[in-house]
Amino acid sequence: MMPMPDTAVNQPMGPALISIKSLYKEFNISGSFLEELGFEKGRPVRRRESVKAINGVNLEIQQGEALCVVGESGCGKTTVGRAVMGLIDPTRGEIHYAGQRIDNLSAVDRFPYRKKMQMIFQNPYASLNPRKTVQATLAEPAKFHAPELNETQRQEKIVAVMDSVGVSPKWAKRYPHEFSGGQRQRISIARALMVDPEFIVADEPISALDVSIQAQVLNLLMQAREERQLTYLFITHDLAVVEHFGTRVAVMYLGTLCELGNCNEIFHYPRHPYTRALLSAIPKLGSDPVGHIKLKGEVPTPINLPSGCVFHGRCQFANDRCKSEAPGLNRTDNGVRVACHAIEENRL
Amino acid sequence: MSLLQVNNLEVEFPLLSGKVKALKDISFSLDKGERIGIVGESGAGKSVTAFAILNLISKPGRITNGSIWFDGANLADMDRDQIRNIRGNKISMIFQDPMMTLNPVLTISTQMVECLQAHRNLPEAEAKKIAVEKLRAVQIPAPETRLDQYPHELSGGMRQRVVIAIALISDPALIIADEPTTALDVTIQAEILQLLLELCVNFNVGLILITHDLGVVSQVTQRTLVMYAGSIIEQGPTRELISSPLHPYTQGLIGALPEQTTPGSRLNQIPGVMPSLQDIPEGCAFHPRCTLAVAKCQHQIPELKGKTSRLCACHLVDDADA
Amino acid sequence: MNFSLERMRRSPVYYSFINNKVAMVSAAILSTLLLVSILAPFIAPYDPWDQTAFDIMDSEYPPIGSSGADDRFLLGTDDMGRDMLSTILYGTGISIAIGIFATILQAFMGISIGLVSGYFGSRLDSFLMRIADIQLSFTTLMVAIIILAVFQAAVGLNSYERYALLMIVLVIGIAEWPQYARTVRACVLAEKKKEYVDAVKVIGLRPMRILYRHILPNTFSPLLVISTVQVANAIITEAGLSFLGLGMPITKPSLGSLIRNGFDYIFSGSWWITFLPALVLIVLILTINLLGDWLRDVLNPKIYK
Repeated sequence: MMPMPDTAVNQPMGPALISIKSLYKEFNISGSFLEELGFEKGRPVRRRESVKAINGVNLEIQQGEALCVVGESGCGKTTVGRAVMGLIDPTRGEIHYAGQRIDNLSAVDRFPYRKKMQMIFQNPYASLNPRKTVQATLAEPAKFHAPELNETQRQEKIVAVMDSVGVSPKWAKRYPHEFSGGQRQRISIARALMVDPEFIVADEPISALDVSIQAQVLNLLMQAREERQLTYLFITHDLAVVEHFGTRVAVMYLGTLCELGNCNEIFHYPRHPYTRALLSAIPKLGSDPVGHIKLKGEVPTPINLPSGCVFHGRCQFANDRCKSEAPGLNRTDNGVRVACHAIEENRL
Repeated sequence: MSLLQVNNLEVEFPLLSGKVKALKDISFSLDKGERIGIVGESGAGKSVTAFAILNLISKPGRITNGSIWFDGANLADMDRDQIRNIRGNKISMIFQDPMMTLNPVLTISTQMVECLQAHRNLPEAEAKKIAVEKLRAVQIPAPETRLDQYPHELSGGMRQRVVIAIALISDPALIIADEPTTALDVTIQAEILQLLLELCVNFNVGLILITHDLGVVSQVTQRTLVMYAGSIIEQGPTRELISSPLHPYTQGLIGALPEQTTPGSRLNQIPGVMPSLQDIPEGCAFHPRCTLAVAKCQHQIPELKGKTSRLCACHLVDDADA
Repeated sequence: MNFSLERMRRSPVYYSFINNKVAMVSAAILSTLLLVSILAPFIAPYDPWDQTAFDIMDSEYPPIGSSGADDRFLLGTDDMGRDMLSTILYGTGISIAIGIFATILQAFMGISIGLVSGYFGSRLDSFLMRIADIQLSFTTLMVAIIILAVFQAAVGLNSYERYALLMIVLVIGIAEWPQYARTVRACVLAEKKKEYVDAVKVIGLRPMRILYRHILPNTFSPLLVISTVQVANAIITEAGLSFLGLGMPITKPSLGSLIRNGFDYIFSGSWWITFLPALVLIVLILTINLLGDWLRDVLNPKIYK
């Protein structure tokens, strides 16, 4: 793994907290054994179909930074987040936390890491147990990870965390359905903060919220980051948020990294054809309606990945090499890493 | 001559706790071929407005006041058969999620043809020809082959194009689009918006675009209405409204966008939350969240007015104008 | 769970109940039946289980109001001289008891199996659901008839009378667990995908705790609905078994046994011996089903939200 460049702007440069090495994840969708069985040319054969959600991702998240992973539906960004958190097991590859490999740990060995790594989810209406009061939901992580606290101390902590996320502690005995979407999301954030984590994966935490509430929750996440020196893996499709909140950004397409680098660099000078199309498609206030870069064709299925570069079918700059050979994530002159033959060959 | 004229529209929903006014005194008009946007957050009443126009408000909610003039008749007064003649025929609607809008067990052809045959007496072969024509108009490649496909065989963007084709199939005078691109990816959204814009311009079809995304209205619409807690609080040409908003809420909405602050610093948030329709404060509905509120705002509901085409419901703006 | 009377009064379930006459009337009738059957030992004029307390000379008196009635017996007597009112009170109690206990047994088995099957999936799930399918292909009544007939023949009539209640509860309970298992499994499959389950996994909770403390409480609504159906079914099944002579014995009769007992006398004039227990049984099942219908509608998540 090559170390990240130190031309980075305005973020604290720490060692790599999370290392994702050659991560692959396939989901088997063949169904049961009987469904896999088929006949080809008179011989029984076993047909397996799988969704190749992640195809060889190498990524490092530095301590203190807010790495944003962007892409459209089906690009695998949520799967990466879940793999890091251990909700799914990698098919191949390794996940390291502060130098220790964690993806192959047993549940017992993984437990101490659960205190350091937490997650915030997208859907505020499904991320809280409807049958538990806010009090019970927040007390649970503390009971397991801070057993040394007695009842009173735990209660104090709950009050403190609720205050810090902007939900009045008076409402601790209420049920999730009595809160609005924005408040529920704050409670989810409170739950993640109860264990005093070092690292948080935020999976589209504001997409389901109203615009004015998005600003509030985003500010809350930023504040938590500063106060607690958190490291974030922020998964989103909203590029405006990335530009504002992130330090570095990784652009994904069909389970592969296209471009990786500082937010500043990438937003002002996107290189990969997909990144350019993505950035041009954001509806900006007061901009001309017809100005976005059109991509050819449709998004191919992740069941049968295209050969070579996964993007070649939609790219106007694709040549024969793109069809047969997958490009590596190579560093360009100012530290941004791009996976594109056309850039490597200086055709762009 | 305006195509659609909504006057003093009010919609009420009876709830366990009493009657709730979902729309209060909504008035606006739309000219032939004009494209307007209705923006607001969830609960503001934008979808209710759209549904009210086509009398799709689910019981026990109902229109309690006002009129909706379209093509010389009041839609609010129509009986079931009369309004059915308008729906899908003269006024079409596009919803948010194409997978929910299209019936998964029927082919595209069936769904398009039945739409046509509901309003016109046409033999199937002819209806299919029109269907292919409309599929071509929405830029679906190889439209003849699509007719026999099922919705799940198409991608999200293509499904939304089919939905637009169905909306266009009877050559309506007005299309109401309720968050048509919210469920789509960014790159697809851009294409669908461009498509909508081109179709409306080329076929001279009026458009009411409902969304929470200011970027979307700024690309497609000529005029925009901003709604808050069941009322229209600002109205005007889109470009102007976005570059110099008058109402504090609109200013807050635009100000809260990440583009408006330098990266890394806090976003300008509007404090508080939009009140639920049962708890609307006295006076101006926005005053508890407004940093500029004065005493008058707490007691008097501001009127939507203005000297030019820019209308605003705010005492401060009104006083400044005077 | 946080419970308070005030909260209940504000809830949509309560509102729906107050406004639904059918539900209220059914609930009133059902509660009355429950109450009198629980209080039967105290309010029944006679003890129908005491074999020495009745006299064959008192048999076949009609209910009060018909000619030839006796003042001592409000609803008349049966062919053995037992007071109809008392036998019906006690019999209702037995029918309801069997219904409830059999349902508790099947719920316990079915929920445990369904939870595990739905959560852990793959081979365990396939295995358990195949067993459930096989079991469902044998109708409860058929299985019950076979088992109870064999049991009766094996242990003789006296022992049978002692263990009849237990055997019936066991048979109906064990035969019907797949109903609960399937319902719970479907619910678990849906809840498993929700993000609050991911959230507790990320906290590091063990699967069993997640299953019982987090997922199970969220399956209560559909379980409550099928419970009403299952109680009614159990009561009917037992009535059917008793009617065939394989259920509760005549010395400790349920409503079904009483119906059977009086069946021979329908056309010879003493219609009330069958008719009155049958009426009570019908009302009992009807009110349970009507309440169950209302419960299903009110707990329907789409309407509820």
